[in-house]
Amino acid sequence: MEEIKAAKNEWLAERGKKKDRDINFETVSGMPVQDLYTPDDIKDFDYMNDLGFPGSYPYTRGVQSNMYRGRLWTMRQFAGFATAEESNQRYKYLLEKGQTGLSVAFDMPTIMGYDSDHPRSLGEVGRVGVAIDSLEDMETLFRDIPLDKVSTSMTTNAPAAVLWCLYIATGEKQGVPSEKLTGTIQNDILKEYIAQKSWIFPPEPSMRLITNIFEYAAKHVPKWNTVSISGYHIREAGSTAVQELAFTLADGFAYVEAGIEAGLNVDDFAPRLSFFFNSHIDFFEEIAKYRAARRIWARRMKEKYGAKNPKSLLLRFHTQTAGCSLTAQQPENNIVRTAYEAMAAVLGGTQSLHTNSMDEVLALPTEKAVQIALRTQQILAYETGVANVIDPLAGSYYVEALTNKMEEEAEKYFEEIERRGGVLAAIDQNFFQQEIADAAYQYQRAIDKKQRIQVGVNEFIDPDEELDIEILTIDPEIERRQVQKVQKLRRERNNLLVSDKLDALRQAAMGTENMIPYILDCVRAYATEGEIIQTLREVFGEYKEKPTF
Amino acid sequence: MAKKIRVLVAKPGLDGHDRGARVIARALRDAGMEVVYTGLHQTPEQIVEAAIQEDVDIVGLSILSGAHMTLFPRVCELLKENGADDIIVMGGGTIPEADVKALKEGGYAAEIFTPGTTIETIVEWIHSNTKSS
Repeated sequence: MEEIKAAKNEWLAERGKKKDRDINFETVSGMPVQDLYTPDDIKDFDYMNDLGFPGSYPYTRGVQSNMYRGRLWTMRQFAGFATAEESNQRYKYLLEKGQTGLSVAFDMPTIMGYDSDHPRSLGEVGRVGVAIDSLEDMETLFRDIPLDKVSTSMTTNAPAAVLWCLYIATGEKQGVPSEKLTGTIQNDILKEYIAQKSWIFPPEPSMRLITNIFEYAAKHVPKWNTVSISGYHIREAGSTAVQELAFTLADGFAYVEAGIEAGLNVDDFAPRLSFFFNSHIDFFEEIAKYRAARRIWARRMKEKYGAKNPKSLLLRFHTQTAGCSLTAQQPENNIVRTAYEAMAAVLGGTQSLHTNSMDEVLALPTEKAVQIALRTQQILAYETGVANVIDPLAGSYYVEALTNKMEEEAEKYFEEIERRGGVLAAIDQNFFQQEIADAAYQYQRAIDKKQRIQVGVNEFIDPDEELDIEILTIDPEIERRQVQKVQKLRRERNNLLVSDKLDALRQAAMGTENMIPYILDCVRAYATEGEIIQTLREVFGEYKEKPTF
Repeated sequence: MAKKIRVLVAKPGLDGHDRGARVIARALRDAGMEVVYTGLHQTPEQIVEAAIQEDVDIVGLSILSGAHMTLFPRVCELLKENGADDIIVMGGGTIPEADVKALKEGGYAAEIFTPGTTIETIVEWIHSNTKSS
């Protein structure tokens, strides 16, 4: 160590004479970056305590002992638009091109619990995802896609219980018992209040729905990931990498505590919790973030929540490359950005990956753009060799120092959240929302002032740029068709049965029973998503955002 | 002293992406304007009512959900119905170039700022398009 120190001083003297470029050397999140990292920066590093082996505590190096040598990550492109028919075609297209899992994007009315013919749905049907009103639509969405063969991820939060029940009932129609279903519902309501802001009910009943899902899944849908605790949206709302890490894990701890408070054994539901992170453009910061996340989760689950099952300690995660890092200017550059971000996710040990399409900053992706995005993953997996070695950056002075730094900074946030009375209290105090808004504002300022360079936006601009990529447009006719469909359904189904089942759900919601079996009965009777949510809305009320501006 | 420019920053429709709206709201306030932010999930009716009540010079609509071709015209119609079409409507968000053109040509938006626009550009545009400055 002494010898290194002496040599370092010598180098510093020499290096000090050289002039650096006139920019702030910091990560994309604003953390200062040294010019060089040496053993000095990780002097207390303890291999067994800080790294261990892949598949072993504290899992810094990965959740499986052989990682991608055993099985590559799942290539799971997020897709859905227009109606169930169109999306069903897109899924078949993606499966044909070699995608290995499905990921459903719902439209805004579905996400907010409105049927397609609700006045608030006007102009939004099928725009940013697929419109799903009832079991009829869900059956169409998965027509000729055997649910015992694919795993499906569904991006649904406030109405997650309803969409999940629709999926379970679709399985029943296909003759697939719920025990065989595999997949994930995002079901992360806390991050909705914090960042994504597609809430319906207030936090307390929302948390009850989630613990109801934990309980039902443990008995009847054991292979299902019941929550995908999501940092992705926290980052997209403008947070730093540290905020994404800290707020996401804090949400995770809150779900664990809610489960324990609901009387469940931590090892009964914790193995089914999964995570969802963003992969932004700062390569090393992102890799360090994933490594720190695994280590923090394992330590907390073991030490604080007393989990005994090793599976409860594993932080498994899906990654999506950063939508907010893409630019509308020179959109083809987004292919390159996405490729670097995808590589960071893989070097960080992700279990599943969505690579953004170059045109997502402009509209929903075209088939061509989606194919390039998927090919980006396939090139990464089969040509670059990065999947051959587990956690190849371990031991890098920079990566280890940055991983430690991430953990330290996250711990500071955990203390602050604790001091404020926990996640729900901090949401109520607008703490997260304000921290993220500040970070977003600083980031935009840095770009405006050219303290941060964005190629094609504030530097290397093409003054004569003309957009020459194809854009997917959604025909307004789709909305009309979907509205007709849901109205026809309401005319033709057994409406007496529907109102009976909705009444039973209302009674359950007013009491303390698990609501999932009642929701399942409603969807089997072809009650619409909007009707089920409206029933719950009448019991639980709606969340109102506190003004932060 | 000149009257300050008053701006309503609004999020119509169902999407929850308010990063842009908040950044702009704060930037306009820092640039010396009086800014009201409606919060999320607003109907065109709520927005127009707020705009009239707050007596604003400009309404800035932020939309990422693809519903812009429905929501911009609706806000403009309602402003007109309420005799408030002297209020300038501008917008921002994920809006394809062809739709930007259609909205401007149809008189549903005086200007649309798509991703990558600097705050300074927006501030300058507001200054040169309002009387109050």
